Amino acid sequence: MSVELAPPPVAAQARDRSPVHQDFVQKVAGELAYADDWAMPGMLHGVVIRASAPCGRITRLDTGAARSVPGVHTVITAADVPHNVIAEEASGLGLDPIVMPVLAAETVRYDGEPIALVAAETPWAAAKAAELVEVEIEREPGVYDPEAALEPGAPLVHPQGNTCVTWRMERGDVDAALASADVVVEGEYRTQHVDHAYLEPESGIGWIDGDGVVTLRVSTQVIEHARQIAAILRLPHSKVRVIAAYLGGGFGGKEDMTVEPHLALLVAKTRRPVRMVWSRQESLTARQKRHPFIMRYRTGAASDGRIVAQDVRIVGNAGAYPLLSARVLFAAAVTAPGPYGVDDVRVESVAAFTHTVPTSAFRGFGAMQVVFGYEQQMDRIAEALGLDPVTVRRRNFVKRGDRRVTGEPLDTDVALDECLTEALGALGDPPAARDGMRVGRGIACNMAPYGRAVYFADRASCWIGLEQDGTLVIRAGVTDLGGGQAASLAQIACEILGVSIDRSSVHIGDSALNPLVGGTFATRQLYMSGNAALKVARELREKLTPVAADMLGAAPESLDWADDIVCAREEKERKLTLAELARAAEAEGVMPYCHSTFEAEVGEFDPRTGRGRSFPDYTYGAHAVDVGVDEETGEVSILGYAACHDVGRAINPQRVQGQIQGAVAQGVGYALSEQIDIEDGVCTSLLFADYLVPTSVDLPDIVPVVLERHPGKGPLGARGIGEPPIGPVAPALAAAIHDATGVWLTKLPMTPERVLASLRADADADPETAAA
Amino acid sequence: MSTGVALSLDVNGRPLSTHVDVNESLADVLRAHAGATDVKVGCGEGVCGTCTVLLDGEPVNSCLVFAVQAEGRSVATLRGLGDGNGGLHALQRRFLSHGASQCGFCTPGMVLTAEWFVAQNPGADRDQIREALSGNICRCTGYTKIVDAVEGYARELEGVPDEVSDVG
Repeated sequence: MSVELAPPPVAAQARDRSPVHQDFVQKVAGELAYADDWAMPGMLHGVVIRASAPCGRITRLDTGAARSVPGVHTVITAADVPHNVIAEEASGLGLDPIVMPVLAAETVRYDGEPIALVAAETPWAAAKAAELVEVEIEREPGVYDPEAALEPGAPLVHPQGNTCVTWRMERGDVDAALASADVVVEGEYRTQHVDHAYLEPESGIGWIDGDGVVTLRVSTQVIEHARQIAAILRLPHSKVRVIAAYLGGGFGGKEDMTVEPHLALLVAKTRRPVRMVWSRQESLTARQKRHPFIMRYRTGAASDGRIVAQDVRIVGNAGAYPLLSARVLFAAAVTAPGPYGVDDVRVESVAAFTHTVPTSAFRGFGAMQVVFGYEQQMDRIAEALGLDPVTVRRRNFVKRGDRRVTGEPLDTDVALDECLTEALGALGDPPAARDGMRVGRGIACNMAPYGRAVYFADRASCWIGLEQDGTLVIRAGVTDLGGGQAASLAQIACEILGVSIDRSSVHIGDSALNPLVGGTFATRQLYMSGNAALKVARELREKLTPVAADMLGAAPESLDWADDIVCAREEKERKLTLAELARAAEAEGVMPYCHSTFEAEVGEFDPRTGRGRSFPDYTYGAHAVDVGVDEETGEVSILGYAACHDVGRAINPQRVQGQIQGAVAQGVGYALSEQIDIEDGVCTSLLFADYLVPTSVDLPDIVPVVLERHPGKGPLGARGIGEPPIGPVAPALAAAIHDATGVWLTKLPMTPERVLASLRADADADPETAAA
Repeated sequence: MSTGVALSLDVNGRPLSTHVDVNESLADVLRAHAGATDVKVGCGEGVCGTCTVLLDGEPVNSCLVFAVQAEGRSVATLRGLGDGNGGLHALQRRFLSHGASQCGFCTPGMVLTAEWFVAQNPGADRDQIREALSGNICRCTGYTKIVDAVEGYARELEGVPDEVSDVG
């Protein structure tokens, strides 16, 4: 059995290799039922009552008036929650767990923290009751800045202390290497709270189904949360079922639970179906954000531009609860040196608790914030040495066999040289200077992991079967965020079994009826469920091959599977349909289906020594951008943008392009305009109008270059592409702004106000330049 | 709510008579009373454009329109765009072939806005298309493939042969 590994050039074949899957047909027709599009008879409406202070003790919580509102069925507070714990030992390495309650009981730790739940017969009754829940919070001193939180004597967010996690990794002798370097560049970089801003609010419906199973149909990236929900309700795991509707966007924001525990509690209490939809304001103020980082880099280089030392300290603001902070800071630590070979390297990465909204997963997951640090360091080294930024990077790119800060070697090939050439080539000639506008070009490169850290021993299972009419059924507990997660499984299975894509169906997102694959996060889904689908499809083909060979009187190794037919390769008229094969196999007792599990590679990491195995593999990329900076307003216009990533093999090239373009757009918002404003713990970004997501006029055409150079560890040699392309955007823009104006912007977002302030400060420092 | 004021309007060519609260939005009423779940509510404050419908042929954010303001008027949602038998409109087919939809939540409002705009401005170029779509936020695609799809549709109306220039 063989599968061709060398695909034709992407551009020529993109359409042929990018079949349209049914979910997209339903989306453009307006027929897809999202989580908020279901209603049930007797359905109640759920609402969350949230804290309106960032920290303090709850001294009074009176639900009497709320309960008396006509139509109200229940009001739930912490005392009513069977097991008031959102269980999460996030590091995977046995760190001290810190309990995050479903509903705050005595202590409030962030503005917007859930305190009570209401279910009522109409949304209006629920809203009215929510207003009448009386909450008094006695304010206590808070701490909102992560570095202040780590100082002795800072107000404690948790009695265990304000350090959520500290990762230390070191290789070689950094201090000696810095001392002997020809040049040492020090830089401090700051990033901000940003919101996922998917357009579909957190939403879903719950009910009690047959056999007493609490069933939730929600917008979630992770159906495996069913187990956590069961623990909260003190029910057996078998009594909670989570169905993930196709998501209206996720980006990590629906990786932790949102409405799920609230719905489950209200359903269990009222025994009625309950729907809950969070408002945009709840989503902006109280749902977890991306970690703001403070990054301090000291980078030593030799006069020829070779990096000889890298010393990094990162402090991330975890907010009030751990969620996935430990893992985010781990990814940051491992990738902090960037895609550059260096033997003397030290990284310390700390997450600090503060009385602010919790931070957790968001596309890029720690490995994206650090790109803003390491890439500006590269540019500043180039400047210090009078070298070209492209040259300095090319002299330092990692290659297969190079060791990471963890001591582990990279074990796949790296195409960064080619990515950079392709991105610059796609961008074309630099733009001409314009009146009142300074133009400049910037580049940035990155490496981003795909797949969970190997110490999690990740697994994914899949079931594939042929129906008696020769159509194909795939079952896998994938959640589909719009990236074509379901479609890619169909493509892989259909390719192996020779089924037409429109004769397949993929059943996904159901914790009760699907083999579990793990959530859609960490750019793991194609790697994991894709490999599972590939493995099961191959097993099914092997299982059915003897039957087909027998029926055709052909040698098993001579069979071709294509166009819903199995035939002898040298004698094409000797053939049978998949329908005939499925029926014959079943008659012989060879059931035409298989179920199997893909197991990712496993390794160990020692948090005490900072050494061991971290991520299975990386996706590499390079971006190039041209900008114009308005000297009067500080506004940055993006004049051209090209991004190249080596994906090993693109299962669906058009979808890969879409991931690259979409990630660039999100990266542009992160770089230039998006910020959740928090003042003394209180979120002041209350309106979607305050949160500046890029619109169609803020972006140029984004040119994606899909490189299929070095095989990765995904199915058919693919590498993950969901998260990686967001990383280089902010540093590429910073470099372009520097090229245009001479100023370095080290704080995100690079708003017109900040750009203008930097230009003026620069002019003040150098009056001659200002005059010129 | 059945106790509210009487409302009659036309939704995708079908008459709808119901009772609504005076402060209910058109978006909520279309979803709850007309089964129009293709009207998506992304922000509820008129910023994201996902709830766009055509009210008497003009695009509006239906979350900012009171349902009672639609009394006696006609509303078109995305599902009103096809041939009524499950067949897709040419612009919907463009969204498919160009991969212009990812999570799909912005798609109904985006397609309606774009179809209306191209009908008014058949010769529109990419910059004009971008300008026209600037009130419809997409968080997934980066807009390039959406502009590809709308431009392809506009050229198709003009009879220009397809160059398939968007891929690669």
